[in-house]
Amino acid sequence: MTAFFAILKRDLRLSLGAGGIGLPIAFFLLVATLYPFAVGPDGALLARTGGGVIWVAALLAALLPIDRLIAPDAESGVLDQYAVRGIGEEAVATAKIAAHWLGFGPPLMLAALPAAALLRLDWESLAAVELGLLVGTPGLAALGVMVASLTAGVRRSGALGGLLMLPLAVPLIIFGAGSIGDFGGGALRFLAASSLLLVAIAPFAAGAGIRALRE
Amino acid sequence: MSARLSVEALSCLRGGRILFKGLGFTLQPGEALLLTGPNGVGKSSLLRIIAGLLPAFSGHVETSGGIALADEHMALDPRLPLAEALGYWARIDGGDRDTVANGLAAFDLTRLAEVPVRMLSTGQRRRATLARVHAAAAGIWLLDEPGNGLDAASLALLAEAMAAHRAKGGIILAASHQTLDLPGAPSLTLEAAA
Repeated sequence: MTAFFAILKRDLRLSLGAGGIGLPIAFFLLVATLYPFAVGPDGALLARTGGGVIWVAALLAALLPIDRLIAPDAESGVLDQYAVRGIGEEAVATAKIAAHWLGFGPPLMLAALPAAALLRLDWESLAAVELGLLVGTPGLAALGVMVASLTAGVRRSGALGGLLMLPLAVPLIIFGAGSIGDFGGGALRFLAASSLLLVAIAPFAAGAGIRALRE
Repeated sequence: MSARLSVEALSCLRGGRILFKGLGFTLQPGEALLLTGPNGVGKSSLLRIIAGLLPAFSGHVETSGGIALADEHMALDPRLPLAEALGYWARIDGGDRDTVANGLAAFDLTRLAEVPVRMLSTGQRRRATLARVHAAAAGIWLLDEPGNGLDAASLALLAEAMAAHRAKGGIILAASHQTLDLPGAPSLTLEAAA
C-alpha cells in the first residue's frame, strides 16, 4: 500500500509540474474559444451545440498527455525497479490511472466553467456537463493509461495512441454529450456504465502492456 | 540479513537463440560471484532473469532477502534533486532519510545531494545508481557493469561498499568486463553456446 500511494503521489506531482496538465487544459480552452468564431455569434445555436463541443474538446485534450504516462518510466528503468521490488504491474497501472485522473479530471471540470460561458450554455446544461465530466473523465483517464502502456514501446507513439484511443472513447462521447438536455438521465447512466467498464478493465490491460514492454 | 540465491539448471532463450543453458550456482550470505564473458553472451539477461524481469526458458531461481538491481538505467527522476530522487525509492523500500544519507555518503555524493539528477556527469550517474542499490537495504545486489565510467577513487568506494555489504551477510552478483575488487569471490565465465 505504501508503494501504491508513493507511485500515485509521484505521478500526480509529475502531471501537475512543468510540461504536465497545462497544455491539455490550454488546448481544451482553445477549442472552446475557436468554436464560436467558426459558427458565428448565434447564441441559440451555440447553446444547443456547446455541450457536444465541450465533450469533443475534452476527448482531444485527453489525447495529449498519453506519451508521457508510461513511456518515460519504461525508458528510465522505473518500471523495472517496481517489478524488482515485487510491485504488481496491475497495482502500478491502477496507481497511474488514479494519479492521471486526479491531475486531469478536476482541472478539466474547472476549465469547463469558462468554456461554458464562451459557448453560452445555461446553468442547467453546465450542471449536466460538469456531472458528465465527473462521471466520464475516470473512464478517459483509464483509457489513456491503457493506450499509453500498449504504445509505449513504439516510436512516435503519439499518433498511434490517438488512433487506438478515439474509437474506444466513442461511447463516452455519445453518452456524455447525450446527458445534456432532455432525456439526459438515461444517457448519464450509460456514460457511467461505459466509464466503469473502462476503469475496471484498464488496470489489467495496462498491466499486461507494461509486462510486454520488458521483452 | 539472511540472503540466499540459488540458480539451478537455468537456460535462457533470447530472440530464438539459446544464450546459455544448464547454469547453476548457489550463493550463501557473505558470498559474491563475478560474471565474466564476451558481449552478448547473456550476462545481463542472467541478472534480469534472477531479478524476475525476464522469464527463464527452463530451470529455476530461488532468492530470499530481497533484490536490488543496478543496470544501465538510473531510474531516478531527472528533474528532482539527487537526495529527493533517491528518497522516492527509500520510501517504497521502507527506509528513511538516514538510509538515503548513508547511500550518498558511501559513494561520496553527499555534496551533490541538492543537485538535480539531470546535471550529473556519467560517473556521478553511475554512483547515484549504486547509491540507490545501497539504500534499498536488500540482501542481494545484482550489479551490471558497476565499474563502468568510474574513476579509481570511485572504484575504491565501490569495493568498500561491496565489502561492507558482504560483511553484513549480503550477497553480490556482479557482471563486469573489468576486474572488480571482490576478495575471495570466484568468477563464472559465460561462454557463447554452440
